[in-house]
Amino acid sequence: MVAFILRRLIQSLFVMFFVALVSFSMFRFVGDPVHQMVGIETSLEEREALREKLGLRDPVIVQFGNYIAKAAVLEFGVSYQHKRPVAEMLAERMPATLELALVSAVFSLLIGVPMGVYTGLNRDGFFSKMFLSISLVGISLPTFLIGILLIFVFSVQLNWLPSFGRGGVVDLGGWTTSFLTVDGWKSLILPSITLGLFQLTLIMRLVRSEMLEVLRTDYIKFARARGLSNRAVHFGHALKNTLVPVITITGLQLGSIIAFAIITETVFQWPGMGQMFLQAVTTVDIPIMAAYLMLIAFFFVVINLIVDMLYYVVDPRLRVDTGKATGHG
Amino acid sequence: MRKTLLAAATAAAFLGAFGASTADAKTFKWAFQGDAQSLDPYSLNETFTLGFLGNIYEGLIRRGPELDIQPGLAERWEIVEPTRWRFYLREGVKFHNGNDFNADDVLFSAARVAADGSDLKTRLAGVVDIVKVDDYTVDFVTEAPNPILHYEWATWYMMDKEWSEANGAQAPTDVTGGTENFATRNANGTGPFMIQSRETDVKTVMVPYDGWWDAANKQHNLTEVVFTPIGSAATRVAALLSGEIDMMYPVPVQDMDRINSGSDTEVLAGPELRTIFLGMDQERDELLYSNIKGKNPFKDIRVREAFYRAIDVDLIKAKVMRGLSTPSAIMISPFLFAYADEFTRLETDIDQAKALMADAGYADGFEVTMDCPNNRYVNDEAICQAVVAMLARINVKVNLLAQPKAQYFAKVLAPKRDTSFYLLGWTPGSFDSWNVMFNLISTPDADSGRGKFNLGGYSNAEFDALTEKVLSETDADKRNAMIRDAYTILHNERGYIPLHQQGLAWGKRGNISLAQRADNQFMLYYVTVN
Repeated sequence: MVAFILRRLIQSLFVMFFVALVSFSMFRFVGDPVHQMVGIETSLEEREALREKLGLRDPVIVQFGNYIAKAAVLEFGVSYQHKRPVAEMLAERMPATLELALVSAVFSLLIGVPMGVYTGLNRDGFFSKMFLSISLVGISLPTFLIGILLIFVFSVQLNWLPSFGRGGVVDLGGWTTSFLTVDGWKSLILPSITLGLFQLTLIMRLVRSEMLEVLRTDYIKFARARGLSNRAVHFGHALKNTLVPVITITGLQLGSIIAFAIITETVFQWPGMGQMFLQAVTTVDIPIMAAYLMLIAFFFVVINLIVDMLYYVVDPRLRVDTGKATGHG
Repeated sequence: MRKTLLAAATAAAFLGAFGASTADAKTFKWAFQGDAQSLDPYSLNETFTLGFLGNIYEGLIRRGPELDIQPGLAERWEIVEPTRWRFYLREGVKFHNGNDFNADDVLFSAARVAADGSDLKTRLAGVVDIVKVDDYTVDFVTEAPNPILHYEWATWYMMDKEWSEANGAQAPTDVTGGTENFATRNANGTGPFMIQSRETDVKTVMVPYDGWWDAANKQHNLTEVVFTPIGSAATRVAALLSGEIDMMYPVPVQDMDRINSGSDTEVLAGPELRTIFLGMDQERDELLYSNIKGKNPFKDIRVREAFYRAIDVDLIKAKVMRGLSTPSAIMISPFLFAYADEFTRLETDIDQAKALMADAGYADGFEVTMDCPNNRYVNDEAICQAVVAMLARINVKVNLLAQPKAQYFAKVLAPKRDTSFYLLGWTPGSFDSWNVMFNLISTPDADSGRGKFNLGGYSNAEFDALTEKVLSETDADKRNAMIRDAYTILHNERGYIPLHQQGLAWGKRGNISLAQRADNQFMLYYVTVN
C-alpha cells in the first residue's frame, strides 16, 4: 500500500512538472503582457525595460527554470495586472469556486441518481422518456447558453434570483462562504444548476445503463426467486452494485467541475478562480495563468490519487500481490 | 409586557436616530466590464482605471461635463514666463485622512509620477523643474513653451506625502518587487468619495467624503455607491433589466433596443472621443502580406484613394454600429478641434475607385492581409469584416486576421509593426491635436518616440515641421491654423482612412440622472437618484 502511494506520488510530481512545461511553452503564443500592463503612451524604451525586468526576454527554458525553482517553494510571483501576490489572490478566490463545485456536485448526485434509477426501472414510462429527452439538452447545449437562459427566465422575467455575484458572504477567517446567508444560497442556485447540469445528465445516464445491466444478472433473478420485495431487490442489491462506477465517475468529475467552472463563473460573474483565470488570459497575466494551471493539475492529481486509493479499498483483487492480480485480470 | 414596551421604545429611539437618514439613503449600484486595475493612481494610464480613481483622487485641474477645463485643487494658474507656469493651490483642502493638502504634496506627487514603475510619466513630459514658491504656490518650469501643459492634469492625481511615506508607498508599484504596494488597495485622496471596502474584481463600496472642499456645490445625492465588475455583456444587460443594478456600461450595440424597450431602463448614447481608422503600410518597399512582390501598392496614392472611396462608412454606421457612430473625416474627434467641420470625407464611389485601381495598374486587384483586434473597440471585428466585403467590390481580396488585443497589439505595435493593413482606434489623452499628430502621423523616429503609433510609416516632411511648430505655438488661432494645414496635407495624401468616431452607450434606470462625458469617464459626483 505504501509503495503504491509512493509510486503514485512520484508519478504525480511528474505530471505536474509536465503540465508546467506544456503551459509554459504555450505562454509564448498568448500575446505580449507588457502591452497590457502599460498605457498607450508609454515609450518603447520603457516597455523594453519592463520586459527585461520581468525576465520576458530570457530564453523560455530559463524562464521555466526560474518558475519551477520558485514554485517549488510555493512562490508564484506577483500578478502583472493586479500587482498583488498570486498565491494570495488564488486563496481569496478558491472558496467561491470550491463551494460552487461542491453544491453542483451534490445537486447532480441528488437529482441524477434517483432519475437514473427511475428511468432504469421504468424503461418505457412516459416520465422516463421525458427525462431522457430533457437530459439531451443538458448534454448538447453549451454551458454559457444554459446560464444565459436561466438568467433570462429567473432573473429578468421572474425576478426571483440574482443574475450575478455571490450575494451575501460571511468571512470565516480567510474562508468566505455563501452558505450562511439566504442571499448567498439564492445566488448559488442558478450557477450550480448551470454547472451541474452536464454532470447530472451523465450520472443519470450512467445509473440508468448500469441498472439495466445489473437487473439482467443472475443474482437479481436469484433474489427475486427468493421472494424479496421489489424495493429490496432494486435498492438493496441492484443500486448498490451500480454505485461503484458512479462514485468513480463523480470523483473524477469533481475535478472537471472545478476546472470547467470557468465558463459558469464568467457568465454569472462568480468571483472564483476560473473567472480570474479567464481575465488573466485576456490580459496575458502569466503569473496567474501559470499558478492556476498548476493548481488545477494538483487538484486532478490529488483526486485521482484518492480515487485510486478507494479502488484499493473497494476492489479486493488489487490487494493481493501483483502477479496474482494480473492473472485475474 | 415591559419587555415589549422596552423593545418598542428602543426601536423608536433607533428610528429617531437613523430613520431619517435611512429614508434618504441613496445607494447607487453600477457595473462596468472590468475592474480598476489598481487603486494606485500612477499604475496604469487607462481610461477606466483613471476615471474610477477620479472619484477618489483629484488633480490640479478637472474636466467638466463638456470636458471644459475647470479649477480643481489649483484655484487658478498663470503663465509668468513662456516657460514658467504658476499654480495657486486651493487652501483648506483636506485628504480623506484629515491631512492638509499643500505644495509639498504636489512636489511629492510630481516625483512619484515620474518615478520608475509609473505609467503616467508623460504627464510631466518637458517639465524640467518644479519649484515650491510658498505653501500654496508651485511653479512648473518647462523646457520649451508648452500651451497645453495642464491638459492632461485632470488625471494626474494628487497624493498625500505623509500618508504615502508612512505606508511605504513613496514609489509606484513595481511588479518585479514581489511585494504588494500599500497604495494598490488603499486610497487617500481629496475627492468626493472614499473607499469603504474593496475586493478586487468583486465589489467596491464607496461613501461620500463629508469634508470634500466642493461639498457646498455638490450635485449628487448619493449616500453609498456599490461597484461590481460584470465581464459578460449578456449578464450585465440582464442585471440592469432585472433591477439589480442602476447603471452599467458599455452596452453592447445589439442590446440597445432591448434596454430601451424595458419599462424602466434606457440607453444614454453619445459620441466618444475615439477615432477608428484604417492604416496602410506605406514604408516598406514590398508589403509583408500581399501577393504583389517587388513593390508596395500602398505607396501609390491612387490605391489609397481607391480604398478610401470603396469603403462606405454610412453603411458601416447603419449595419454594424446600429447608428452608434459618427463618420469622420479627420483623425481627431470634432469635439477637440475647432476647424473640424471644414473637412469632409471623400465620397464613396465604387466606379471611381475601380478606375483609380485600373490607373494604378491593379485593375484585377490584389491580395492583402488585414490585422484587426476583436475585443478592443466597439464591434471591431465586424467593422473589419464589412471592410473586407467592401474592398472585394474593387477586386481586392483581403485576408482578415482578427485576434484578441493581447496578440493583436503584440504583432502590430512598434517595434515590430508587423502589418500591411490594419484597424486601430485612438483617443488623444491630452484632448489635443498635437498628440495625434506626434504619435499617429509624424514620421516614426525611435529616439524621440515620434510616430510611435504610425504603424504604416506615413511620412511627410512638411507635416513633421508643422508638428514641431504646433508644440510650442502659444497663440491659439495661429496654432489651430497650423493644425488645419497639417490635417489638410494628410487628407490630400490619403495617408489614413478615418472611419468614424465610435459611440458611447451607457445603460441606466429611469430614475437616475448623470452626465455622460465624451471621454468615457464616469464621474459619480454628477449622479442623482430620483
